[in-house]
Amino acid sequence: MGILSYAAKRLSIGFFIVIFVSLILFIFMQLLPGDPITLLTAGERVSQQRIEELRRAWGLDQPIYIQFFFWLSHMLQGDFGTSFVFKLPVVRVVVPRIPATLQLTITALVISYIFGIILGTLSAVRRGMLSERVLTGVYTFLYSIPTYWLGAMLMLAFGFYLRVLPISGHGTLAHLILPASTLALPNIAIFARMMRTEVLETLYEEYVRTAMAKGLPRLVVLFRHVMRNALIPVTVLFFLELPWTIGGAVIVEAIFSWPGMGNLLYRSILMQDYPVVMFIIFLISIFTVISNVIGDILTAILDPRVTLKG
Amino acid sequence: MGLLQIKDLRTYFFTSRGKVRAVDGVDLSLYEREVLAVVGETGCGKSTLGLSIIRLVPYPGRIVGGEIFFKGKDLLKMDESELREIRGKEIAMIFQNPSKALNPVYKVGYQIAEMPRYHLGVPMKRAWGLAVDLLRKVKIPDPEVKASSYPHSLSGGMKQRSLIAMMISLKPSLLIADEPTTALDVTVQAQIMDLLKEIREEVGMAVMLITHNIGLVAEESDRVAVMYAGKIVEVGATPDVLEDPLHPYTRGLLSSLPSRRSRKERLPSIPGSVPDLINLPSGCRFHPRCPYKLDICDKEEPKLSEVKRGHLVSCFAVG
Amino acid sequence: MLASEGVAKVTKEASGYIKLIWSHWSARTGLIISIFIILIAIFAPLIAPRSYAQTDLKHRLEPPSPDFPFGTDELGRCIFSRVIYGSRIALWVGILVVIVEALVGVTLGIIAGYWEGWVDRVISFLSDSIWALPPIVLALGVVTVIGPGISQVVTAIAIVSWPPFTRVSRAKVLSIKNREFVIAAKAIGESDISIIVRYILPNIIPSILVLATLTLPTAILSTTALSFLGFGAQPPTPDWGDMIAKGMGYLQIAPWISTFPGIFLVITSLGFNLLGDGLRDLIDPRLRI
Repeated sequence: MGILSYAAKRLSIGFFIVIFVSLILFIFMQLLPGDPITLLTAGERVSQQRIEELRRAWGLDQPIYIQFFFWLSHMLQGDFGTSFVFKLPVVRVVVPRIPATLQLTITALVISYIFGIILGTLSAVRRGMLSERVLTGVYTFLYSIPTYWLGAMLMLAFGFYLRVLPISGHGTLAHLILPASTLALPNIAIFARMMRTEVLETLYEEYVRTAMAKGLPRLVVLFRHVMRNALIPVTVLFFLELPWTIGGAVIVEAIFSWPGMGNLLYRSILMQDYPVVMFIIFLISIFTVISNVIGDILTAILDPRVTLKG
Repeated sequence: MGLLQIKDLRTYFFTSRGKVRAVDGVDLSLYEREVLAVVGETGCGKSTLGLSIIRLVPYPGRIVGGEIFFKGKDLLKMDESELREIRGKEIAMIFQNPSKALNPVYKVGYQIAEMPRYHLGVPMKRAWGLAVDLLRKVKIPDPEVKASSYPHSLSGGMKQRSLIAMMISLKPSLLIADEPTTALDVTVQAQIMDLLKEIREEVGMAVMLITHNIGLVAEESDRVAVMYAGKIVEVGATPDVLEDPLHPYTRGLLSSLPSRRSRKERLPSIPGSVPDLINLPSGCRFHPRCPYKLDICDKEEPKLSEVKRGHLVSCFAVG
Repeated sequence: MLASEGVAKVTKEASGYIKLIWSHWSARTGLIISIFIILIAIFAPLIAPRSYAQTDLKHRLEPPSPDFPFGTDELGRCIFSRVIYGSRIALWVGILVVIVEALVGVTLGIIAGYWEGWVDRVISFLSDSIWALPPIVLALGVVTVIGPGISQVVTAIAIVSWPPFTRVSRAKVLSIKNREFVIAAKAIGESDISIIVRYILPNIIPSILVLATLTLPTAILSTTALSFLGFGAQPPTPDWGDMIAKGMGYLQIAPWISTFPGIFLVITSLGFNLLGDGLRDLIDPRLRI
């Protein structure tokens, strides 16, 4: 099976997840205070005629499962309603803010990935020694720090006391440093832990013993044999963590006034701008599905043992 | 003076449950071009013995004492760079499970080529050609194709042959084979052993055959050393030891072989069980299970002594 | 068995476990820190010099001093006292979340593993889907619907965090199901419930305990995160997350308001993370969240 057909197959499973999430959101919408008309008209006063139009367009006098299909069809056409606050179609409000979030998230993940791999490998290789404990202690410590507090402390240290970095806003590399670090630091442990486990397991593999028995130097064995294998699951983890990191970005964006999707989500919840909230959650779900499919495909590419079956 | 001379080797594992004395005072000699079998039940320390020679004992194990002389030099005193010259080039080792001994993400040819590339500085192209030649020598069909394949597409027997090819590529003086055929089918076993015999003769290699399979010992080895609970209890020429086993453990081991009994009689097994290598019995380690136990056996440890020519045993009742 | 014999036996087993934990450096350190925090929570009224709600407008925004070891906030409340009492909130809410998660997750996991078939597929699908999505986003979604407040936060976090428990218990059920003693019990007609309770549960519990210990710090951090965003505890409840949020407005002039609750959050998380890691090494090293 080629890569494309494999991807198609996995994506179709993902499609079900998206439908499932849409169902949840639909239920969610039903549970919200206020009735659908108010939601659709953004609480504005509209003519009776308009109300009738909306009722028909969204099937509001039909049974609820029919309403769901109406809703789905609107969704597939890209109509997710109108923002209460901005009075614009939701899609136009949210989509422009996606790049900022991606910028922050990917930068943070890359930092976590690199440091995580280094720390994880070191702590695996130095097993039984004091440095192992120190290293493990470091990344466990980092993992125990709440993101929001870390942001505040970093702001304090670098923004107020040392005055080296800006603490809000967007635009230059300097603006990126604090938010990205805040997001990255606690995540280092996630990569470090997995890397450590993988390296330890690989170290005990017979082929590593064989490589050493061949007389190859330790560093060669480490990099060529051990890491090439251990890195596979860890690199896949990078993509699996992407959606999770976006979640963490919500808090970081709020603290640093970073103009991304997460910040918008937060404010929209506070301002009860439900259409925007739902759309962002929907987007994140799609994104999760795509990330997971990429993760699967990546495993198949990197590991010759894995064949591209269903 | 033999090719390999092990003196009072001790390798312990320092686990949270205690000190596992896997190899506890082993004296052994191995001569050029011979096949020395090291035989014993699982857990007696024979694999650790093999690993100790090339100093690849895994954590939490450590060689704590003794000397291993190879061609006159003590391996245990060498530093890492000297050892790397020996490993693969002078002393090679193949392991029990060929399926796991090859790195799954690299092609077979690449892994074999690593040997001449690293040790002799041969460039990749020529090394690849050498790898294909080696695969041909170990009788793998379509060696060019197989060299470009990944390990998972090879059968167990072919994997073991590839490993043999890898390890003999630099014509080592000693090959340590740790249960080389245990994980393979019976028919393949014979083929592999024949292959080893051929290569042995061609290269002039000595082999330390670590196994629990007495049949294999009988067929393939010149001399045999019997190991029990971290110590060598008997060693001598194979026909001598098999025909006239002196140590009670060896006797028990041999009498439990199915081939030596008619089908009607039940197989005797040695009563008792292998001792825990953390809490060893006092004196001779075999005394709790020994039918010839004397008073002294639980107080002092016997030493290996020559009872007949070339035939050593460590037992108070015999030696 | 006499009562005294029973007590002696339990004590001996307990000391065996304690010794085991003590042998592992991570578990040992984690245990000490965790007990430290638990004791603070239990003895809060004895440790804190003042009530957490007590305001003193004459001493607003004061830096740490002998009178106010961690300083005061904008209403003149003693930060030290609030932090001490805050440990109760943090632990209590966290433990509650973990209990709910565990109950839901393990139940679903046992059902999925024991009966398999389409039930398993549905539960696994749910579990994997929920787990793939970022928990904060989902929790925020839930909170949007059900509103703010501590019990709502507990519900929200629990709803999005049960999958690991399901996954672990399901895997264990699958591996135990086909062992001889279970098949034997079925053969003699023992009821499913009985089998589950007598054979399966005891084998699951150690791993679940490890998972619970590892999940507690995440639960605490998540619930305080929601409080930080304003959806959790309401003032004057001394929730650490809420305290940090309120302190953000005064970060430059009174950094101690945000700093100290965070330090305690880190200590608490660190303690349980270390303990959990240690327990995992000791009991079930292959456990993955």
